Amino acid sequence: MITVGIDMGAKNIKVVVLKDREVLARSQEMAGFEPLEAAERAYKRAVEKAGLTEEQVEAVYATGAGRKSAPHTNDSVTEVSAAAKGIVFSNPSVRTVIDIGAEEGRAVKCTEQGKVEDFAINEKCAAGAGSFTEAMARALDVPLAEFGQLSLQSSKSIPMNAQCAVFAESEVVSLVHAKTPKEDISRAVHDAIASRIISMIRRVGINNDVALVGGVSYNPGFVDSLGRGLETAVIVPDNAEYVGALGAAIVAAERN
Amino acid sequence: MAEYKTEPLKCWKKAKELRLKYYKDYQDAHKTGGIRWTGGAWAFDAIPAGLGRDVYNITGEPYGASIAFNKPFSTECLEATEARGWARDLCSYMRNYWGSMYLDKYAFGGEYPKPDFCYQDHICCSHAKWYQHVAEYKNIPYFCIDVSVGPYNELDENRLMYVVNQMHEAIEWLEKTTGRTYQDELLIEAVENELRSTSVWAEISCLNMAKPAPLDEKSMYSLYVHGTLSKHSKEVADFYEELRDELKYRVDNQIAALPNERCRLMSDTQPPWGFLKVFRYLEKFGAISIGSLYTFGLIGLWETKPDGTWGPKTTPMQKGEKITTRDQALRILADWNLAKPEWQHFYDPDLKTKMMLQIVKQWKLDGVMLHLNRGCEGLSCGIMENRLGIAEAGVPVMTFEGNMGDEREFDEKRVMGRIDSFMETLDLQMQTA
Repeated sequence: MITVGIDMGAKNIKVVVLKDREVLARSQEMAGFEPLEAAERAYKRAVEKAGLTEEQVEAVYATGAGRKSAPHTNDSVTEVSAAAKGIVFSNPSVRTVIDIGAEEGRAVKCTEQGKVEDFAINEKCAAGAGSFTEAMARALDVPLAEFGQLSLQSSKSIPMNAQCAVFAESEVVSLVHAKTPKEDISRAVHDAIASRIISMIRRVGINNDVALVGGVSYNPGFVDSLGRGLETAVIVPDNAEYVGALGAAIVAAERN
Repeated sequence: MAEYKTEPLKCWKKAKELRLKYYKDYQDAHKTGGIRWTGGAWAFDAIPAGLGRDVYNITGEPYGASIAFNKPFSTECLEATEARGWARDLCSYMRNYWGSMYLDKYAFGGEYPKPDFCYQDHICCSHAKWYQHVAEYKNIPYFCIDVSVGPYNELDENRLMYVVNQMHEAIEWLEKTTGRTYQDELLIEAVENELRSTSVWAEISCLNMAKPAPLDEKSMYSLYVHGTLSKHSKEVADFYEELRDELKYRVDNQIAALPNERCRLMSDTQPPWGFLKVFRYLEKFGAISIGSLYTFGLIGLWETKPDGTWGPKTTPMQKGEKITTRDQALRILADWNLAKPEWQHFYDPDLKTKMMLQIVKQWKLDGVMLHLNRGCEGLSCGIMENRLGIAEAGVPVMTFEGNMGDEREFDEKRVMGRIDSFMETLDLQMQTA
């Protein structure tokens, strides 16, 4: 059976084409101000990359913040369920998946069938989400791509107390004025974000193995901070940002 | 998809009329020489009833909730309060109430009716300060009874008398403040009404153990409110008996609140009043909230029965006790109220968790939705401890963030998205008609 999963994320739209439990193609587009058009482009490109025609696709399921407006879809599944399904498919040993996108961070405890046992999502505060990392990188005047690597060069722990992105930025500015090396500030930022996320994960409890998915999983500084804070190895699967779309495609196959 | 028959409550119209009459009576009290007072829904309202049959009160929390339901007026009230420098994280009922007072606008039309005095008790940190400010702003007298004597399971004679003695002082203060002679027979009548209404409300809540449930929580909000307005009044006690009898009929005849009931939930704390559609959204999945510790125990009084189940607290009258003196009435009133379920968690969140799990078990629930209510520090106190306890007991639980009285703190899209996730964990999909 050929199914497609579309993850309508707040910042990026990801598409996965699945045939009989084999991933045929992936594609991604920035959501921008025209997310529906972006989704359309990502969908068409993924189907084309898979060497298929749109008529051959038997079911399309969406997930993500904009899932209810996604094009071509038969139905949708929440980010929580999609993350659980997707991770157990790609990494069968995982029982706790942490999914951190631009606007939301969530922790999901799941069964070996990829069914959700419990979940927690960050509240309105952005302190546990990708957009917070971006804001801090801007405050340090460091490109986001380098921000995580910079963190790995530090071995110093500097506590950051601010919960809120606005006040955290003030704290970063204070550290800059105090001539604190950028790598130490970067690590302080990642440790702070990780501690918020860890407190959320502990709400649902940690069952090993633990995986990190979503866009923030590409930040090695955050992965390092999260692993140290959790005192356990954190698996970052291949194509981690596609796990939600993969989960949606799996659910589409299961329900059709 | 309908599996059960349903029909509107017969006493629904009466419930609405009773509520509007309450607010109108308060507004018009001075026209006939009556007394108006203000205080919280937990105030010992049976005590001022001894001043005469023309004494009317307005309780702040339901009034704040009524304002919250009217979003444009609520925003006006909240902004009026903030413009005076009050912090946005204070009790949102209080901010709505104060806003109405500052604007001199009554939520039910006309000017804010100035009370003759404030009379309150306090277990929650906002309660005493709320009416202290009203009293100062309106230049009226204020009396407050401290009830923070510890949980009911640790109540002893000294703790009880601490409250009873304050009640005696309150009566002396009421006589002095109003110039009226206190009538003990009216106090006794009011205490008996309160015992009856709060015990019968627990009976009503028990009827929701039936499957299908005869009442949904959104409807319960329009019914429990009478106990928060005037639990000491004969009208409320009689109305609750009428409602109980109608619900018994619904249970006997399988008349459901939700015709496609397939999942039973409970919520917690005050709901986001401007977004009660949350409950209608649940219904699209065949899920019904059958109540909560909040709706059952804010005014309802309960006790553990010999078989270990939770049931309506037996009134002294049911035990054959006759109330004949002021002191006896006050002792009974204090003891009765100190057993209030919603007062217990102020001392230990574990007490609340145990009661919630008792509800889960007895009402045969499939999950729990906790409202992380930023508008009420009092009832949200310890709520994450409750979440932990419920989850550890193996009961599915979700949280959502909001505010009972400040719609600006409710993110509708995110909350509905979170409900979608929770429904999926319960294997529920939205049903098409």
